[in-house]
Amino acid sequence: MTRLRLLSGPDLSLGAESMRAHVQRLGPPPMARAVLLGAIERSGLTGRGGAGFPVARKWHSVSAAGSAPVIIVNGAEGEPQSLKDRVLMTTRPHLILDGALIAARVLRAAEIAIYVGEHHHAAWTAMAAALAERPEPELRRARMAAAPARYVAGESSAAVNFLSSSIGTPTSKPPEPHTAGVGGAPTLVQNVETLAHVALIGRYGAEWYRSAGRRGAAGTVLLTAAGAVRSPGVLEVEAGTTVAEAVEMAGGAAGSPRAVLLGGYFGSWVDARQAMELPLDQAALRQAGYGLGCGVVGVISEHACGVCETARIMAYLAGESSAQCGPCFFGLRALSEACSRIAARGTNRDDLARLARWSSEVRGRGACKHPDGAIIFLQSALRTFGDEFATHPAHWRNHPSPVAMQTA
Amino acid sequence: MSNDLSLTVDRIRCDGRGLCAELLPEMIRLDDWGYPIVAAGPVPDHLLPLAQRAVSRCPVLALALRRVDRDQ
Amino acid sequence: MNDQLLWYTTRAAGAVSMIMLTGVVVLGVMSTLRATPRGLPRFFTPALHRNIALVTLVFLALHVVTAVVDPFTSLGWTAAVIPFSSYYRTFWLGLGTIAFELLLAITVTSLLRGLLGHGAWRAIHWLTYAAWPVAIVHGLGTGTDAWSPWLFTLTCLCVGAAAFVVVYRFTAGSTDPLAAQRASFRAGVDRRPDR
Repeated sequence: MTRLRLLSGPDLSLGAESMRAHVQRLGPPPMARAVLLGAIERSGLTGRGGAGFPVARKWHSVSAAGSAPVIIVNGAEGEPQSLKDRVLMTTRPHLILDGALIAARVLRAAEIAIYVGEHHHAAWTAMAAALAERPEPELRRARMAAAPARYVAGESSAAVNFLSSSIGTPTSKPPEPHTAGVGGAPTLVQNVETLAHVALIGRYGAEWYRSAGRRGAAGTVLLTAAGAVRSPGVLEVEAGTTVAEAVEMAGGAAGSPRAVLLGGYFGSWVDARQAMELPLDQAALRQAGYGLGCGVVGVISEHACGVCETARIMAYLAGESSAQCGPCFFGLRALSEACSRIAARGTNRDDLARLARWSSEVRGRGACKHPDGAIIFLQSALRTFGDEFATHPAHWRNHPSPVAMQTA
Repeated sequence: MSNDLSLTVDRIRCDGRGLCAELLPEMIRLDDWGYPIVAAGPVPDHLLPLAQRAVSRCPVLALALRRVDRDQ
Repeated sequence: MNDQLLWYTTRAAGAVSMIMLTGVVVLGVMSTLRATPRGLPRFFTPALHRNIALVTLVFLALHVVTAVVDPFTSLGWTAAVIPFSSYYRTFWLGLGTIAFELLLAITVTSLLRGLLGHGAWRAIHWLTYAAWPVAIVHGLGTGTDAWSPWLFTLTCLCVGAAAFVVVYRFTAGSTDPLAAQRASFRAGVDRRPDR
């Protein structure tokens, strides 16, 4: 049975755990720098913001840059279907702040900034209140920053750009944030869930972290179960839990599942039969050609139309381009229009050919990974819903299918 | 190919003027919207002077020749 | 005869420089507006702009040198570098010195654009809009035959051409296909406190 870790403690419906209750339950945050970095290294913790980058390696590159770094606690959660970061911020803010404190001490950071969506009011209130309760000097100096309500605002360079210049658009790399970020200082951009894990690893050690996990994976993961499941919402599961097991924990599928969207809009569609067996672990999913992303597990049933869902999501992603790079803005718009044409007016050879051509041309030609993410998503749709794309009827000839997945 | 210089494009600065594709058609072509698609890999020696000229003629200095790490 | 030759060369080189500089300004604006005659490659306009600019400098150098060494004007080399330091037509010549130095700065920074970076280069290149009119006024004020019919007509044509393109440039919108969308997205994510 899964042992809750991040989400253990008082019931989530009770809201934010106070500092006093937090310290009473878990003890004070740990102190020794060298021990902490070693523990994080041995734990094998990977980032939970979407990229899944090894945390210890990221911290090493930030400290290797030389000057005092800035830490951005990234709670922007731009992915519309993901709820985990908000749930964590509204119920366990002190875990996140502990993690930020540990990072600040290990990396000898000059500054901590807590980056929360300006429209995520509950999360903002909880984090601000928790911050006010903290006595540690690093946290007393920390500032809150309101992320603009756009998909790309949570991207690392956009977060850095926002804190440097108040403009939340991604920037060209080089330089990478860990080399030169906010105000030119090396910057660590770390997701709130990752920092919450750091807070527990710092107290209990790497071996404790690795004691949870199934099928060779280590630790626990926060997921957002979405779409055609009976109890959608945030779950904490052991890494390596299969999609089928996670869906069961979310009350089971509502209707016969057709496909699963793994990782949110920045992830991939997987055919349900194949998806159910997949273990929810970054390394294992990478090997299978997928990714955990931000932990969204979105199920659509046989009643839904994969083509229409894909077209809607592509339209959203195209609209969220920051319009800085031609290939992204024009390419995603063209791809989205082609999908919409197939969805609304029926399949046609030209649009299918265009989807294939533009997908391969646009990929890798933006300053950030937004177009790449959208194209990986689209290519997974073309694979998973290949038959539907090839034979899609014009919808005005048929009844419209129910909207299965939420956009923002 | 004895050098390890590759062409990179600053995608934000690039605004699709298309001079690069005219000056180095061997390695650069334009997509449907006028933005450059650059052939991957190091620039062949015989094209290096032409690549350098394309770099210096980009009106917004978006095109660059960079040394790329082998293990990247 | 020798001094007459120098004198004629100064005036001729000055007139030619003015015509060529006007051409450079026109081509520069055309480059910004991405205006290239049909059938010609896109690099044509900026390349011609660049080449004519360099040739203009040659004529400008000729104009300056012949003026300085001319015994009639007895300008001395300081007049060529320090504005308003000559006794001969102090003010109008001084304008010429200013225009010359601006053009020198613009040219040098353009040749070193790769080292300077686009931002710094562009900032200095804006000085063209100052250098050109100053050069024209210098010509009208100090030129011996500035008001002669043929040179005056030439000057008017140059002013007309430049005025036309400059007005066009500042009234035409951006040629960046993403200008509008970029600005609109940015307005939505720009959280400057004073906005």
